[in-house]
Amino acid sequence: MESKEPIVQIRDLSKSYRRGSQQIKVLEDISFEIAEGEFLALMGPSGSGKTTLLNLIAGIDKSDKGGIVVGGVQITSLSENELARWRALNVGFIFQFYNLIPVLTAIENVELPLLLTGLSKSERTEHAMAVLDLVGLSDRTEHYPGQLSGGQQQRVAIARAIVTDPVILVADEPTGDLDRVSAQEVLSMMENLNTQLGKTVIMVTHDPRAASTAHIVRTLEKGILT
Amino acid sequence: MIFALKLIFKNAFRHKTRTLLTISSVVIALVAFGLLRTVVSAWYAGVAASSATRLVTRNSISLTFPLPLAYKDKIKQVKGVTVVSWGSWFGGIYINEKNFFANFAVDPGSYLKLYPEYVITPEQKTAFLNDRRGAVAGIKLAQRFGWKTGDLVTLKGTIYPVDLDFVIRAIYKGRDKNTDESQFFFNWDYLNESIKKVSPGRADQAGFFIEGISDPLLAPSISAEIDSLFKNSLAETITETEKSFQLSFISMTEALLMVIQLVSFVIIAIIMAVAANTMSMTVRERIGEYAVLKTLGFGSFRIAGLIAGESMVIVMTGCALGIALTYPAAHAFRDQLGDYFPVFNVDGRLFIFYAAASALVGLVAAIFPAWRAIRTPIAEGLRRIG
Repeated sequence: MESKEPIVQIRDLSKSYRRGSQQIKVLEDISFEIAEGEFLALMGPSGSGKTTLLNLIAGIDKSDKGGIVVGGVQITSLSENELARWRALNVGFIFQFYNLIPVLTAIENVELPLLLTGLSKSERTEHAMAVLDLVGLSDRTEHYPGQLSGGQQQRVAIARAIVTDPVILVADEPTGDLDRVSAQEVLSMMENLNTQLGKTVIMVTHDPRAASTAHIVRTLEKGILT
Repeated sequence: MIFALKLIFKNAFRHKTRTLLTISSVVIALVAFGLLRTVVSAWYAGVAASSATRLVTRNSISLTFPLPLAYKDKIKQVKGVTVVSWGSWFGGIYINEKNFFANFAVDPGSYLKLYPEYVITPEQKTAFLNDRRGAVAGIKLAQRFGWKTGDLVTLKGTIYPVDLDFVIRAIYKGRDKNTDESQFFFNWDYLNESIKKVSPGRADQAGFFIEGISDPLLAPSISAEIDSLFKNSLAETITETEKSFQLSFISMTEALLMVIQLVSFVIIAIIMAVAANTMSMTVRERIGEYAVLKTLGFGSFRIAGLIAGESMVIVMTGCALGIALTYPAAHAFRDQLGDYFPVFNVDGRLFIFYAAASALVGLVAAIFPAWRAIRTPIAEGLRRIG
C-alpha cells in the first residue's frame, strides 16, 4: 500500500467553530496523506473532530486554514458550486442514519446521484440495478426505505454511494445504528469494495470492531491526529 | 426532469393533511376572491350594459323629483335626438317586501325602441303594446316567481298611492351577457291614469327621460342643449350619458366597493402567507434531506427548483380546484343573492388572474424557504438528522 500515490493530501489543516462568543478549535494543524486504495479508520472520542475532518475531506465543510488535495484537485480553493459538482463525481457518502429519501424507492434513491450525470434514464436504471445487485438487494428495488430493515437501508445507501464510481468513499459511523449482524454485513461489504473494487475508504467510527476492518487506524484527540 | 417532477409531487403530498389544508386554504381564498371580484363587476353591470347612444335627463335637484311630461316635446326638437322615452320608478311591492325587484312605468313603444337588448318575440311585443295593463318581466324574474304570459300580477304602490294589477304580456331575454333579466316594466299611461284618480297633482309627471341620439360624439353638446332648454324653470334638468347616470348610483357606494376591492387583494396576500408558512415548515423539517442532496452534489439551483416546484404544485393544485369551484360557488351565490345582483356573471378573465396570482404566490412562498435550505451549511443540516 505504501508504494501507491496518495489520493488525499492534507496540509496544516485547522478548523474552529464559534459557539456564542467562544471560538472552539476542532482541528489544529493536521497534516497527513491517504494512499489510493487505502481503508482508513478515524477513531477518537466524541467531539474530537473526526466527523469534521471527514466532512472537510469530502468537501462538505470549509476549513479555516490549510489545504486538501483529493485526486489531484485542491478542493479548498473550489467555490460552492464547483465543490458540489466535484462531490457528485468523486465522493461516495455513507451516513450513520442511512439518509435515504423516504418518498423514493430503493432504486430511485440509488438513481439520485446519477441525475447529475449525463446518463439516460435506461442507463441510470441499468447502473442502479447493477449496484443494488452488488449489495444483494436486487429483490428490493421497489421497496421504500420504510419497508426495509436498518441493514438493508444501509446497503441501499452503500449502493447509492458507489453508483457514480467515486474516487473515495467516506463513511460516518456506518454501523452506529445497526445490530451486530447487520453491522458485520455492512463492514464486509465495505471491505469488499476496498479489496475487490479498489475503492479508497475513509471511515469514522467509535467501534473498535469496525475499525479493525480498516488497514490503518488513526486517532484524533482534541483536534490533533496521532 | 421526469424524476425531478416525480420527487416534487411525492414531496408535495408527503404530509397529506397539511398539504390538503393548504390547498383548501388556497381554494377558499381564490373562490372568495373570485366572488368578491364578481360582486364588484355585478355592481358595475349597469354601467357595462349602458349604451353610448342613450342619454338620461332627470331633475337637477334629485332623481326623486319629477319632471313635467311636456318636456318630451321640447326635447324631441333638439338636433341629434332621434327618440325620446320616459318613465317613472314605481317601486311597487309584490306580495311582500322580501320580493324586491326593479319595476318601472315606461312609455312602451319608445322604450322598447331604445332598448333592443331586451329581446321579446314579435307576438308578445304586440300583446304588450296593445294592452294598457300589460307588463313585461325579465326571464330571471319570471323564473323566480314562476310567472308566464297571461298571469295576473298585482304590485302595491309605495311611492304612488295606488295598487296596480297587471297581466304579464311578455317575457324578455337579455341580448347580451350583462343585460339585466330581472326587471319589470309596464305602461306609463296606466300609472298616470291611476294617479289622476287619487292624486291629480302628481299626474303627467315623469321620473326621467331617456333620449336616443344619432351620434355618441354629440352627447355632450346634446346634453348641454337639453339642459339649457329648461334653465331657470321650476324643474331644471341634468342630462348625462346613461353610463354617467349609472355611475352616479355607484358613486354612492364607492367606499364600500373600494373596501371590497381591497379585501379581495388582501386575500391574495393571505394565500401567500399560508403557502409560505407551509413551505417554511416543510423545509425546516427536511433541512437534513436537502443537506443529503447537497452532499450528493445537488447545487443551489436544483435545491431551489425542488422547493419552488413543490410550492407551485401545492398552490397550482389549489388554483385548479379554485377555478373548478368558482362557477358552482357563483351559482349558489346568485341563487341566494340574485335579488341584489341581477347580473352576476363570473368573468372568464378572472381565471387568468387566478393562474398568474397563484404562480406568483407559489414562487414567492418558496423564496425564503429555498434561501434557507441553500444557505444552511451541509454539516449543520446533516446534524439535524437522527
